[in-house]
Amino acid sequence: MLSPLQALGRSTFSLVRTTGALALFAGRGVAASMSAPLFVGQLIRQLVQIGYFSLPVIGLTAVFTGAALALNIYTGGGRFNAEQIMPQIVALGITRELGPVLAALMLAGRVSAAIAAEIGAMRATEQIDALKTLSVDPFRYLIAPRLMAAMIVLPMLTAVADIIGVAGGWAVAVASLNFNGALYVKNTWDFLQSWDVVSGLLKSVVFGFIVALMGCYHGYNATGGARGVGRATTHAVVSAAILIFASDYLLTSLFSHK
Amino acid sequence: MTKPDTPSVGPKLELRGVSKRFAGKAVLKGVDIAVERGRSLVIIGGSGQGKSVTLKIAIGLMRPDAGKVLVDGQDVTRLGGVDQRKLAKAFGMLFQGAALFDSLRVWENVAFRLLNADGVKRPDAKDRAVAALGRVGLGPEVIDLYPGELSGGMQKRVGLARAVAAEPAILFFDEPTTGLDPINADVINALIVEQVQRLGCTAISITHDMVSARKIGDEIAMLHDGKILWRGPTKDIDQSGNPYVDQFIHGQAVGPITG
Repeated sequence: MLSPLQALGRSTFSLVRTTGALALFAGRGVAASMSAPLFVGQLIRQLVQIGYFSLPVIGLTAVFTGAALALNIYTGGGRFNAEQIMPQIVALGITRELGPVLAALMLAGRVSAAIAAEIGAMRATEQIDALKTLSVDPFRYLIAPRLMAAMIVLPMLTAVADIIGVAGGWAVAVASLNFNGALYVKNTWDFLQSWDVVSGLLKSVVFGFIVALMGCYHGYNATGGARGVGRATTHAVVSAAILIFASDYLLTSLFSHK
Repeated sequence: MTKPDTPSVGPKLELRGVSKRFAGKAVLKGVDIAVERGRSLVIIGGSGQGKSVTLKIAIGLMRPDAGKVLVDGQDVTRLGGVDQRKLAKAFGMLFQGAALFDSLRVWENVAFRLLNADGVKRPDAKDRAVAALGRVGLGPEVIDLYPGELSGGMQKRVGLARAVAAEPAILFFDEPTTGLDPINADVINALIVEQVQRLGCTAISITHDMVSARKIGDEIAMLHDGKILWRGPTKDIDQSGNPYVDQFIHGQAVGPITG
């Protein structure tokens, strides 16, 4: 039985060790991304897997979120006769916060899990060892293409989520709340500043890195066969989600000074 | 042919005083073993005696806590990065479960090193992969299949074709017949002997299958409790005079080795 002090010490040591291991892993991944050889075929495959196949789930999330957000803001704004500013608030909320965060969370659920499962299974079946014996660096072949692909496609997916999210708000406003469609678009367009969109896209680059990194890290370090792969998948999704929220706050604090 | 600068004398591969611990438990306790060029050494031993760890240290997948690994007399124990990948070009390995890449076709698996490390053009790499597959008895009908569409025996053959496709100087075999029926196991054993002789390379295998050990090894060494207990020519193993070896090769429950 551990004393409370021993338990605290052990947990602290474990946290420091994991943080160090993650930092080293990320460093190796970034270094591999920036040096030759670049496995172009792998990169294209990941762009399709991570980007193209995530479009439906991110589109659906964005449209319903935009619609619900419009209803909530309209209802809340009605309490002080401010219903007409709903288009501007929806646009701001989607582009600065909900677009990038929800797109990243959906990608964490879909892609972090898939990456962790795939790389974890490769670890369990010695395919990663096989890469090394075939003179290929697993960081260049497996990790770098996933990191690069996620950082490239998440801003694109976020831009799509922004447009579809605003469209969801517009649809509800026009169909249920008697807004003029053209005026809604004009108000949104006139109100939005380029930084509202750009700051969200910049966040999503960081989120993309987190999503891929968590999947790769937990998959690469999976141990214990099928059970270990399952554990890696869970850890990848949970840690990606937490890091997305934490980095969202930090980035929002940083960007809010602009 | 991918062979490192080779002095003509001395062992091709040597492990000198290699030790390894996991979670405080000593798995290898100073393993000394050397393989002469062109010879085939089989390491036998029970489960959990450190055979796989020995092989992984020899091929550079794992670093020992103490001791050295020498290839052609050069210390390669602490190689990493580009140097390790260059050295790996002299190696070929058949993994226990074949370790084929699920997402690639059979020919792309066999040509993997040629395509991704040696910079060979796809048409040339495909031709060489088809030739390598032919040498292990697999015809053109399998080249575009995925590993999941093959039987266990066929996967082992593809793994062997991949190991020899770039014509390495040293071949490693990890439990090559595990999971195969006796006929397929014999086919794999025969193919291993054929490929090792064709390439004239050095081979190191680990197995607990005595039929396989007798067929593919010029020499056999027994690993037990983290050390090499006995080593000698394959033909001498029945007269080893070592009670551990006798118990193991006859598969007896009673003897100095306890479960």
